[in-house]
Formats: sequence, structure tokens, C-alpha cells
Amino acid sequence: MWNRRKEDDFTPKPASAPPTPSVLAKEGIPMSTLPGRSASEPHVEPHRGGQAALGKSVIVKGQIFSREDLTIDGEVEGTVELQEHRLTVGPNGKVIASVKAREIVVLGTIHGNVETTDKIDIRKEAKLVGDIKTARIVIEDGAYFKGNIDIVRAEAPKPQAVPKPQPVASAPAPVAPAMAAGAGDNKR
Amino acid sequence: MIISGRVTANTGAQSGTLETRHSHGLDQFCASLEERPGLSILDLAGANQATISFLTNYGHRLFSDDFVHQLDECFGGEDFYANQANPLMSGKFLDTALGFPDGIFDGVLVWDTLQFLTGPLLQTVVNKLYRVLRPGSAMLAFFHAEERIETIPTYSYRIADHKTILLQARGRRKPAQFFNNRSLEKLFQEFESVKFFLTRDHLREVIVRR
Repeated sequence: MWNRRKEDDFTPKPASAPPTPSVLAKEGIPMSTLPGRSASEPHVEPHRGGQAALGKSVIVKGQIFSREDLTIDGEVEGTVELQEHRLTVGPNGKVIASVKAREIVVLGTIHGNVETTDKIDIRKEAKLVGDIKTARIVIEDGAYFKGNIDIVRAEAPKPQAVPKPQPVASAPAPVAPAMAAGAGDNKR
Repeated sequence: MIISGRVTANTGAQSGTLETRHSHGLDQFCASLEERPGLSILDLAGANQATISFLTNYGHRLFSDDFVHQLDECFGGEDFYANQANPLMSGKFLDTALGFPDGIFDGVLVWDTLQFLTGPLLQTVVNKLYRVLRPGSAMLAFFHAEERIETIPTYSYRIADHKTILLQARGRRKPAQFFNNRSLEKLFQEFESVKFFLTRDHLREVIVRR
């Protein structure tokens, strides 16, 4: 029923009946992707997969911080920081900036130093001039890279320390730590 | 040249047939690196997955650049060698391609790139390479020895292991000049030592040590 109503709303009206401002307003509501939607539109999702994008005609000068994956297909000059997320520089993308992200995929151009905590993937036709600090690097034939590559090895996970016994007021007597953890699990 | 087989690259869309070559020069070059992790290596062959993986797995830092690409960018065109005599162009080239502080590298992989430099620029580049190397460090260079041919094959060099190189053809190119052992010794006279590796093909492998 909801879908049918939506389809009706987007059906082009005949030119002979120009829409009134109130009709335009009604039609405009479902088109909006702004967060402030009314409760009467529960089927419109706020975003798909937590990914932002800068189109190829977009130019940004300044700092970009993102808490979701970002695709840049336009031009960015400044700094780009996506600490826990993935940056994709599209084939039309030109980034003149220092970049920090969990993962970076380059199909376009980056001029600047790049730092990832996980991986950088430089695809064919990509161009990267700058220093790379990363845990892993993948570079395809045909990519151009000039700069320093510093592989930062992820530290091996330290063996888990034996958990200390939790100070429990009702505990009658101190017990061995391992036994205490086991006893806690078995209580249920 | 000892061609021991052919493998197919699968590292990207421009994959093609790679020739493998056993290299005593590379073996000796790597021998000086393996003992000491955390070294800085300059590779002028252009970035490629094989070399990056090989050198970084030993814990070394790699500075990568495509020297021939830089040459083409600065001097490209029909007057490629004539342009190298232009002080403005060669000055820009040196700043772009070799603008490093002195004494920061523990090894330089020059491959066959020096063959495409004319006299004065060649000596300037060799002097610059001398300066960017730390004392005791090694540089690996290849020179084609066949004087009768007009053009020589050029390759993108990738390190498969400490004595095996993968060569991806990059077409043919006219060298600026041919080198014999004597001219190479003269070229690298500032260096502490020059060592030649004789091969059955027409490629001379040279290890020079600062």
C-alpha cells in the first residue's frame, strides 16, 4: 500500500494541470534525503551501507573528517581523515592532501603522505606521489608511485594476561585466578 | 643471460609474460641487506608488488621511483638526448628524480637506467647517487654490452627472490652510449670498489660500493 502511494506521487502530472505550491511541497517530501523526515515515512532508509561520496564535480579545500567510508571522485585539497574507515579515491578523484584511514583504495590521484592502519590498494592507472605508511600494500601493474614505503607491522597480540580476581565483597576467601573465572562462568 | 623460465604475471590488468633471470649481482646486493633489517633502499625501476614485498618482508624501507618515466617526463620527445644537455631541463630532472638528502640510503637499485643518460648528466647522476648512499653501501646497475645493435631491450625489473629477477619488457630504446669494463671503472671512480659479474648474455651486472 505504501509503495503504491509512492508510485502515485512520482507519476508525472499532465502539463495541462500545473501543480499548486501545496502539491509541490507534498511531492518534495519523499524526495528528501535529509535526516529530519516525518514519522510517516518509515520505509526510506537514511543511507546505504554507511558510505559518503564526493562527486566528480565537487571541489573541497580544507579538512575532511569522516566516521563512515568515503569515496572521493572530485578534488580535495587539505587533509582527509577517516580513522576507522575506508577511503576510495575514484578514477576522477584528485586528492592533494595528507590522508589517514583504515584502508585506502586509489584509482585516481593522490599527492600527499598516506597512512593506513590496515591496507592500501593502488590500482592500475592510479598515481600516488607521497610517502606511504601502512601495514599492507597492494600495487597493480600500471600504477605510478613515487615515494617511500614504510610497512608498519601489526604487533603480535600479546598473550592474554591471567585475569585478576575481581574483588567481590561476598567472596569468602581468595582463590586462584583461573579458578575464580571458571567458577564465575559456572555459576549460571 | 640465463633465462630459466617464463611465468605469467597476475598482479594486475597489465599483466604479461615475465622472463626470469638469475642474477649474481642481485644475490650479492641482497647479501649485504639481509643481515641488517630496517635499511632504506632506493629502487629506480618503478613500484611493483614483487620488489615491495621482497624488500619490506626483510623489514627494509623502500623508496620507489620510475627513473625512466622521469627521464621521459623531463626530456621526452625526439630530442631526448639533446634535451639532456639543456641545463634548465637537467636541473629540473635532478631535483625531481634525485632530490634526496645526502647519505640516506643503504642500497640503490639502479638497474639499467644509467644507459639512457648522456655524458655530463650521467656523471652528475652518478655523483648524486654516490652522495645519497651511506658509506659502505652498495648499488646494483646493469649495462648492455652489445655494441653492434642500434637499440636495446628495456625492462621493468622485479625481485622474485634474492637471486632471481622477473623482467617485464618495456620495449626497445636507443642507449646513450655503450660501456666496457674500463669505461665503467672510470664512471664509478669515486666509489670504493666496482665489481663486474660476467654473464653469458650481453648484460653486464655491476655492484659498486661506496
